[in-house]
Amino acid sequence: MELSQLTIHELQKKIRNGSATAVQITESVFSRIDAVEERVHAYIRLLKEQAFASAQKADEDIKRGDIKLLTGIPVALKDIVCTKGILTTCGSHILHNFVPPYNATVVEKLKDAGAIFVGKANMDEFAMGSSTETSYFGPTFNPWDLERIPGGSSGGSAAAVAADECIASIGSDTGGSIRQPAALCGIVGLKPTYGRVSRFGLIAFASSLDQIGPFTKDVEDCAIMMNVLAGYDPRESTSVPENVPDYTQFAGRDIKGWKIGIPKEYFIDGIDAEVNNALKTAMQVIEQSGGQCVDISLPHTQYCVATYYIIAPAEASSNLARYDGVKYGFRAADVRELLEMYKTTRMQGFGAEVKRRIMIGTYALSAGYYDAYYKKASQVRSLIKRDFDEAFKICDVILTPTTPTPAFKIGEKTDDPLQMYLSDVFTISTNLAGIPGISVPCGFTSGGLPIGVQFLAGHFEEGKLIQVASAYEKNAKIEKRRPKL
Amino acid sequence: MDFEAVIGLEVHAQMLTNTKIFCSCSTKFGGAPNSHTCPVCLGMPGVLPVLNKKVVEYAMKMALATNCAINKSCEFARKNYFYPDLPKGYQISQYAYPLAEHGHVILDVNGEQKKIGITRIHMEEDAGKLLHDEHNPVSYVDLNRTGVPLIEIVSEPDMRSPEEAADYLKRLHEILVYLEICDGNMEEGSFRCDANVSIRPRGQKEFGTRTELKNMNSFRNVQRALEYEIKRQQYLVENGGAVVQETRLWDDAQGATNSMRSKEEAHDYRYFPDPDLVPILVDDAWVERIKEELPELPLAKRERFVKDYQIPAYDAGVLTSDKALALYYEDVVKICAKPKIASNWIMGDVMKFLNEDKRDIRQCPISAQSLADMIRLIEEGAISGKMAKEVVEDMYKTGKSPQTIIKEKGLVQITDEGELIKAITSIIEANQAQAAEYRGGKEKVFGFFVGQVMKATKGKANPQLVNELLKKMLAGPPQG
Repeated sequence: MELSQLTIHELQKKIRNGSATAVQITESVFSRIDAVEERVHAYIRLLKEQAFASAQKADEDIKRGDIKLLTGIPVALKDIVCTKGILTTCGSHILHNFVPPYNATVVEKLKDAGAIFVGKANMDEFAMGSSTETSYFGPTFNPWDLERIPGGSSGGSAAAVAADECIASIGSDTGGSIRQPAALCGIVGLKPTYGRVSRFGLIAFASSLDQIGPFTKDVEDCAIMMNVLAGYDPRESTSVPENVPDYTQFAGRDIKGWKIGIPKEYFIDGIDAEVNNALKTAMQVIEQSGGQCVDISLPHTQYCVATYYIIAPAEASSNLARYDGVKYGFRAADVRELLEMYKTTRMQGFGAEVKRRIMIGTYALSAGYYDAYYKKASQVRSLIKRDFDEAFKICDVILTPTTPTPAFKIGEKTDDPLQMYLSDVFTISTNLAGIPGISVPCGFTSGGLPIGVQFLAGHFEEGKLIQVASAYEKNAKIEKRRPKL
Repeated sequence: MDFEAVIGLEVHAQMLTNTKIFCSCSTKFGGAPNSHTCPVCLGMPGVLPVLNKKVVEYAMKMALATNCAINKSCEFARKNYFYPDLPKGYQISQYAYPLAEHGHVILDVNGEQKKIGITRIHMEEDAGKLLHDEHNPVSYVDLNRTGVPLIEIVSEPDMRSPEEAADYLKRLHEILVYLEICDGNMEEGSFRCDANVSIRPRGQKEFGTRTELKNMNSFRNVQRALEYEIKRQQYLVENGGAVVQETRLWDDAQGATNSMRSKEEAHDYRYFPDPDLVPILVDDAWVERIKEELPELPLAKRERFVKDYQIPAYDAGVLTSDKALALYYEDVVKICAKPKIASNWIMGDVMKFLNEDKRDIRQCPISAQSLADMIRLIEEGAISGKMAKEVVEDMYKTGKSPQTIIKEKGLVQITDEGELIKAITSIIEANQAQAAEYRGGKEKVFGFFVGQVMKATKGKANPQLVNELLKKMLAGPPQG
């Protein structure tokens, strides 16, 4: 097996016992990139030179016995997290030349933990999309089927892990942008509780929904990544000073006596039959693991997509106002006055989906419409949150499909925004409620496309998610396959 | 027709914190363009605001000083609009849930107290500044001021004349400066005012259509702009026209207001709660702590001065208009125990000198101790009031104590009876005719003799003693 195919915890062992060096691991990852990246296009920018410099430094640290959580581990960063001195585009033309003079908090944390940055991963422009097709830099292709999308918006980060173009990666999740591509690429993806991982340096899409999280090859790696990422950040007002447990302790524990909520609203017509079957099997695995599946109801589920598509665009319309050509990023050429500069810059700098959402959001916040849209959506959001509060009185965690279908074809939904939006139908509620969610592989379709199961828990209960996901992973014994690239 | 003006004011006051409201950049005025900036106040991608707690506490002080109720929970909202001096494309302000509401300030209108309601006080960040190249079609942006903390104080439409409006502004200004939360500098923009004004026939309850006035950078200009605007509106109405709801800019040079934008052109700011900031929860204990930190406010001080020092309300008003001046006055009185005399000297000579040099009391070279000493020296008869005028001027110029100046100039008053008797004797001898007139009942001549004595002593004679001795000696030849 190539080093690039291993997990963080497997590589840690090799590093500790001297059977692999950081440079060797990095070489393995970059040779894999050389072999497949042209077809996958997981990255906007590779950081090869820096990666090898970090690897050399990591090997020196290792020699001294200074081995941290991610020492020598090649990690990819979604191009939405700011990297000091390194181009950060957010998948957009308007930031095609933006070099931040600061690091996102998570970048600092990963660096401090010894991670090696492989590159900046591709994404939907400003994280707006579910397929990574809206990237200014072209789409990413699903490693399991290059004619299909990897999911989105963190499609590059997911594809990079699935294709062994890195060991783990960072994504961001506003309505499913980690969990959906994790499911479609057959890996583990976790969206933490809102306030658990710092948003400082995460280029904002919808501030009240955005959250950074990891993509990994298995649940144990997910726990390791969370140990690095989680924690209070005084630079973020919505960061929560809540104690961070050692998440790896939860991996491997059983779930005997746990109640697993099965919300009837998530098992609806329109779910792909093979996805549905895989989920049914997942429930059996849960029961076999000592858990008990109980029927629950999340009565406001049907309003989630509508609520989300008011709140997220409303916040986005304001968050993206700063891209005006005045201070940084793209500025339209040959303009004579201010208004023309604004209009042309934004017209040429943003893609269609971003413009659509800016317009929806602007409309929803406009005088005379605010009460009917934004305010109403905020009220419904409270009800959705309450649904979960009530549910978690009955059950420990909730089990749902991550996506209604496996990965769809490139271009299949680009002309139908509503169909595209519905691919996030099972992941959106989590962000609205601010709770954590994880997607874990739960099998393949007959065509060989990965399927994911999603577990949800109450606020700051990431430990429970690791526990249930790891118990499921252990007992489901999903066949270890690798995409044929 | 007899019209009445209805005026409401919106005041923006810059809070005197060392750092900006949402980042740790300096709030200092001036500085090379963009030298007081960081990724947060520059509105770079991915950065987040963190509230400066001092700003909340300063705003709470103003709220308490103006009798507002502080809301238990308030929140920041985004005010969205595009302008190059606004790097995020929105200003973080407060909208639906401000910090404080329902306050008032008391004015003295023709000797009667009048309450001017305060609708709300909220916190917000300032925008930057554009610099336009005079020779080229280029504009530059200076974001040093971006993120500087402001509070906005919105009044009820309770003022009925430009004088009242100016008076209200002065009271607000005075309170802000007293609280030491704002330097009150109008030229540097630390204290700015917009006005809403309408007119209506006296007695009518409904408000007329209002206009909003901007760009008035002094108390005087606020008053002038309002006077102009009231006349303009009155002229319109009296001539069959109608006031249009709009924003108008005051042109100082022209002495007129000009239309800036109509109601239709007004921005839709699309306010919504800022998701990057959490609601501010204010509990009673916090309010109590801030209350305890409040200094004595101008109105209370004024009333205390009248009561404790028995000085006229006018004097108390002048002396308390500046906290430092009031402190100076109290220091002087503490030493010399002559409240009214101290008030006269401060309001007279001392303030005249300071005004001439455009200084304030903090820069006064005469220490409270020196002024009190001088007052005591007059009381003790060591110098005359007339001499004191000269002494105080020297004290101001040199910063020396009155004792030193008197000594240096040899200004000591002649209080030696023997010396004065000698002088008076020779004057009476030389002016026998006038002495006879006096004795004959022509008392006016007395002044002539006083003058002669003063002349002979070069003004150094103690006037009281001269009076006494002259009366005795003119009445008859000295006894023994």
